[in-house]
Amino acid sequence: MEIKVNEETCTGCNLCKKVCLYDAIEIVDGKAVINENCVFCGACIEVCKLNSIEITGLKEEQKDFSDYSGVCVYLEANGDRIADVGFELVSEGKKLADQLGVKLSAVAIGSSIEKSALEAFQYGLDKLYFIDSPVFSDNLDDIFAKALVQVITRYKPEIFLAGATWFGRTLIPKVAAILKTGLTADCTGLAIDEEKKILLQTRPTFGGNILATIITRNARPQMATVRPHVMEKKKIMEDKGDYKDRIEYIEIDEKKFKSKYKLLGIEKELNENINITDYDVIVSGGRGLGGSEKFSMIKELAGLLGGVVGASRAAVDSGWISYPHQVGQTGKTVNPKLYIACGISGAIQHLAGMQTSDIIIAINKDPSAPIFKVANYGIVGDIFEVVPMLIKRLRDGKPLV
Amino acid sequence: MIEIKIAVCIKQVPGTTEIKIDPQTNTLIREGIENIINPFDAYAIEEGVRIRERFSSGEVEVIALTMGPPQSREILKEAISVGVDSAILLSDRAFAGADTWATSTTLAKAINKIGDCRLIILGKQTLDGDTGQVGPELAQRLGIPFIGYASSILEINRNKMKVKRLMEDRYETFEINLPAAISVVKDINTPRVPSLRGKMKAKSVEIPVWDAKQLEADEDEVGLSGSYTQVVKIFTPKIKHEIKMIEGSPGEQVEQLYKELKELNVI
Repeated sequence: MEIKVNEETCTGCNLCKKVCLYDAIEIVDGKAVINENCVFCGACIEVCKLNSIEITGLKEEQKDFSDYSGVCVYLEANGDRIADVGFELVSEGKKLADQLGVKLSAVAIGSSIEKSALEAFQYGLDKLYFIDSPVFSDNLDDIFAKALVQVITRYKPEIFLAGATWFGRTLIPKVAAILKTGLTADCTGLAIDEEKKILLQTRPTFGGNILATIITRNARPQMATVRPHVMEKKKIMEDKGDYKDRIEYIEIDEKKFKSKYKLLGIEKELNENINITDYDVIVSGGRGLGGSEKFSMIKELAGLLGGVVGASRAAVDSGWISYPHQVGQTGKTVNPKLYIACGISGAIQHLAGMQTSDIIIAINKDPSAPIFKVANYGIVGDIFEVVPMLIKRLRDGKPLV
Repeated sequence: MIEIKIAVCIKQVPGTTEIKIDPQTNTLIREGIENIINPFDAYAIEEGVRIRERFSSGEVEVIALTMGPPQSREILKEAISVGVDSAILLSDRAFAGADTWATSTTLAKAINKIGDCRLIILGKQTLDGDTGQVGPELAQRLGIPFIGYASSILEINRNKMKVKRLMEDRYETFEINLPAAISVVKDINTPRVPSLRGKMKAKSVEIPVWDAKQLEADEDEVGLSGSYTQVVKIFTPKIKHEIKMIEGSPGEQVEQLYKELKELNVI
C-alpha cells in the first residue's frame, strides 16, 4: 500500500503541503513528495484540484454481508431511566433504517428499566431486545460487553449505534474489538451512501477543526458512537401501551455473567452528582471570575435558567470549582440549547467542547476574546455588572430600563 | 527484581492550538504547528513514574511506547527526561494509516513482545484523533480488564489494583486483577518538569526501533490495510457565523439580551 503523487499532473501548487497536518509533504523540483510522516489521512487527496494524489495497493476484499440487516441502537440506562441519547439515536436510526428499507431495533440491558425502554417505540422503534437482570445493576464493562456481543451476533444488524457517553466510550470499543469490526467514535453526522448502501460516519477531529467522513470496510456491523444532544429526538408515534409482540426478552445464564471488575463503591459528592451534559442550559465561568466565591453568581444565574454550572479549564485548574464541571477538550463536550460564557476568553480547547451549542452568549470585557468568534450574542462588559443585572432581571421580572 | 512492569502508550500529535483556517479557501493552514506529545499522555507518563516511586528502587520498571514515524522518537526522549526507564519506538511504513483497531493490534504485539507487563497506561484520548478507543480495544486484544478515565490509583501490587474512575456525574472505585490497562484523566496528577539528570539521560539514551518484521506483524493486519475503518473524506466545517453584539449601558445590554432570549424561547 502506498500513497503516490502523479508527477505528470502535479504542478507543485503547494496546496497539499499547506493542508498536511503531519508535515509529510515537501515540494521538490516543483512536485509534491510525500514522506514517511504520512498517516494516510487523505487531506491532501481531498484538496488536490488536479487529482494528482492517490492511495494505491489497498486490498479490497469483497466480503458478503448479506446476512446482516437492520439498524440497531443501544439504549444505555442511567439508573432506572434510559439516557436521552438512546432516544436520540432511535430517531436518527429510524431515518437510516427508512433509507435502507430495513427494520430498526434497539437493545436495552439493565435492571428495572423496562418502563423507560418502552418509550423508544414512540420514536419509531420496530423491535426491542431486552435483557433484564439484576447482574446489570452496576456499570461493569465486561458483562455489558458480553451481553451486547450476544445480541449483535444473534441478530446481525448491519449498523449498530450507541451513545458516546463516558461509559459508552469505554464499553463500545470493547464490543467492537470482540466482534472484530470497525468503530467510529463521537460521530456528529450519519448518512447512508445511496449507491453502496453503507453508513457514512462523520466526526470532528483536531478539536473540531476538521470533519472526517469514515466508512467501515471489510467488517460488519458498521459501528458508531454519537455524542449526546447531537441528534434530535422526535416522537413520531402515539403511545400504544402494549408492545408485547415487539419485545424479545432474552434470557441469560446469570452464572456466566460474572464480572472481573469488583465495584467497591460509588461516590456522588454533594452538589456534584450532576452530569452537565444532561442540561439544556449551561452557564460557565472562567478566569475572569477571579475566585471560587464568585461562582455563586454563576450558580444563581444557572439556577434561574434551570441550568447547570460549567467552567473553563482555567477556573478548574485554579481550584475554584471541581473537574466534573469542566467544559472543553480536557473536560466534557456539551451541546446545550443555551450556553452562557462569563469571563471565558475561549481557548480553542474550550471552544472545541461547546461550539456546537444551539445559542451561545459571551460576556467578556475583552472585545477581541476568541469566545466572540463562536458566540451568537456578545456583550462586551464587566461580568460583575452584567451577570447580577441579568439575575435581577430574571428574578424580578421587571424591565431594567 | 522487577515486580511490576508498566507500559505507557503515548503518541506524537500536531499541537492543535495553533490551527488556523484560511478564510478564502476554507482549508487549514499548517504553518507553525509544532509536533508535541499528546497532552493527555503526559498524565499517563507521570502516573507510571509515580507508581514506581511508591515502591523500592528496582521493583518497578516503566517503559514508554509509541507507534509513529521516526520523528516520534522525540516524545520518547521527553518521556525519559521525566523519569521513564526506557522507551521503544514502533515504526514502519506498514503501520501508517492505522485506525484504532490496527493501532491496538500493533501495540498489543509490542506489549506481548516486551512480556509480563502488569499495567498499561494511556491518556484518555489523543488530541488529533480524539477517539479514546485505543485503550479499551488494546485491553480487549490482550484479554485484560480496562478502566477508562482513571482519576486515582488507590492501591497497587503485582496482582491487584484499586482504581477510581471518573464518570460524568460520579466516581466509581474498582478492584481489578492485573495485568490490566487504564486510561487516565488529568485529575490524576500534575506532570513534573524534566530534571537536569533526566534531560542528560534523554540525550544519550538508545531507543530501539521495532518494525513490522520484529513484531511478527503481517502487513495486512497493521496500518491502513489492517484497519476496519477508513477515512473517505476530510473537510473543514463551513462556519456561517454571525454574531450580534449588544451595545449600550450594562442595563440596556441586559434588557436587550433578555428580549432576544425571550424571542428565541430559551427562557
